Amino acid sequence: MPEILTVSQLTFQIKQRLENDQTLQQVWVSGEISNFTLHSSGHMYFTLKDQTARLRAVMFKRENQWLQFKPYNGLEVLVFGRISVYQKNGEYQLYVELMEAAGLGSLYLAFEQLKNRLAQEGLFAPERKKKIPRLPQKIGVITSPTGAAVQDIIRILRRRHPRVEILVIPAQVQGESAPGSLVAALKMAGEIKELDLVIIGRGGGSAEELWAFNDEDVVRAIAACPHPVISGVGHETDFTITDLVADLRAPTPSGAAELSVPEISEVRNRIRLSAHNLKALFSRICARKRAQLDPLALRPVLQHPDRFVLVRRQQLDETKEELRRRMKSILDDQGNNLGKKMERLNALSPLAVLNRGYSICHREDDGKLVRNAQDVIPGERVAITLRHGQLHAKVVI
Amino acid sequence: MEKLTEKTFEEALARLEQIIGELENGELSLDESLKLFEEGIALSRHCNLKLDEAQGKVELLLELKDGVVKTEGFRLEEE
Repeated sequence: MPEILTVSQLTFQIKQRLENDQTLQQVWVSGEISNFTLHSSGHMYFTLKDQTARLRAVMFKRENQWLQFKPYNGLEVLVFGRISVYQKNGEYQLYVELMEAAGLGSLYLAFEQLKNRLAQEGLFAPERKKKIPRLPQKIGVITSPTGAAVQDIIRILRRRHPRVEILVIPAQVQGESAPGSLVAALKMAGEIKELDLVIIGRGGGSAEELWAFNDEDVVRAIAACPHPVISGVGHETDFTITDLVADLRAPTPSGAAELSVPEISEVRNRIRLSAHNLKALFSRICARKRAQLDPLALRPVLQHPDRFVLVRRQQLDETKEELRRRMKSILDDQGNNLGKKMERLNALSPLAVLNRGYSICHREDDGKLVRNAQDVIPGERVAITLRHGQLHAKVVI
Repeated sequence: MEKLTEKTFEEALARLEQIIGELENGELSLDESLKLFEEGIALSRHCNLKLDEAQGKVELLLELKDGVVKTEGFRLEEE
């Protein structure tokens, strides 16, 4: 009688068979992801396929939390894991421990995915970019204080513009603690109000060594920095997400220093040019105002101011003449008047009466005019004035 | 008008260029032009003075606590 197995027993035997096969317990498999599901538990379920076969696969949260990129349907991957059986469904499947993106590689994929996500958020939008000041007075430099990059940056800054103040804000630029260190340095830079500009960067290295500059937290800290940020990471050909989010990207740390400050001689030239323009403009304005003035100066009144005076003088002379004439006529009238009055006065004068042969008689003792015979008594002495001379007489009767 | 000495180089240069723009517009009275011209000349002197100020420091940030910055002079390699 053959042994009868339950489904569970058989499935368990199959599971054990598979698990005892060492070649199936440490296996690399390449294939394309399909039916990808990220369960709310954090586990990833998917199928790996090629043109002729399919393989169920699962990647638990414990393993997939280290993935730098997010798998998706159609992605070609290279996975490492072990084959076992999920007894409940009676399915054998691959329990994935490691996953790499095929082709351009996992790092590239992670870069692309973070880049696209942040781009959609608008983190790289041109309108977000802060203006780089033309002449920053104080620059924060976030980089390793011991590398060659910091020395290059300082040397170039001081050569171009000796006046600029530099504050090195030390940070680790590679390794596991680099992102946290860079984020902390960016936060500190943000709190230092006097900084006009921040340079963040490091010298060249492998993609892995530059990786901290693709870290999401670092990128967000740059976006959140209140100061304008210039990035200079690695060599010219290196491109990081830091470069995209920075307000200005320089190809290298040295390049970042060059873009930060203008050559002092250029600045001097600009000021000189401005002063020159200012003077030229002002003299042009003066000339224009003068041109407005010239037609006025041609007006007769300004051309021959003496004419104006002559007319007035003539008027004055005429007036004076008139005055003289009037005065004379007034005087003449008055003269005539006086003559008549004199004649009348003359007619009334006692002398005129005497002329006509009359005489005037006064009492001698008090000189009183004798008008009536009663004014005198007999024997009183009187004086009688004639036309010529006087008579002294005694009253008889 | 803000005091000249309180202006940063940036502000002074920007104001100078603004003045040039206003003069270029040419719609100003002679008095206004003269005022701007004098201000512009003062600004260009101010900018030059700013450039002549002493050499900037190079420091290393040691600590930032409650807004207080602690630094030391940064060691530069011989050039």
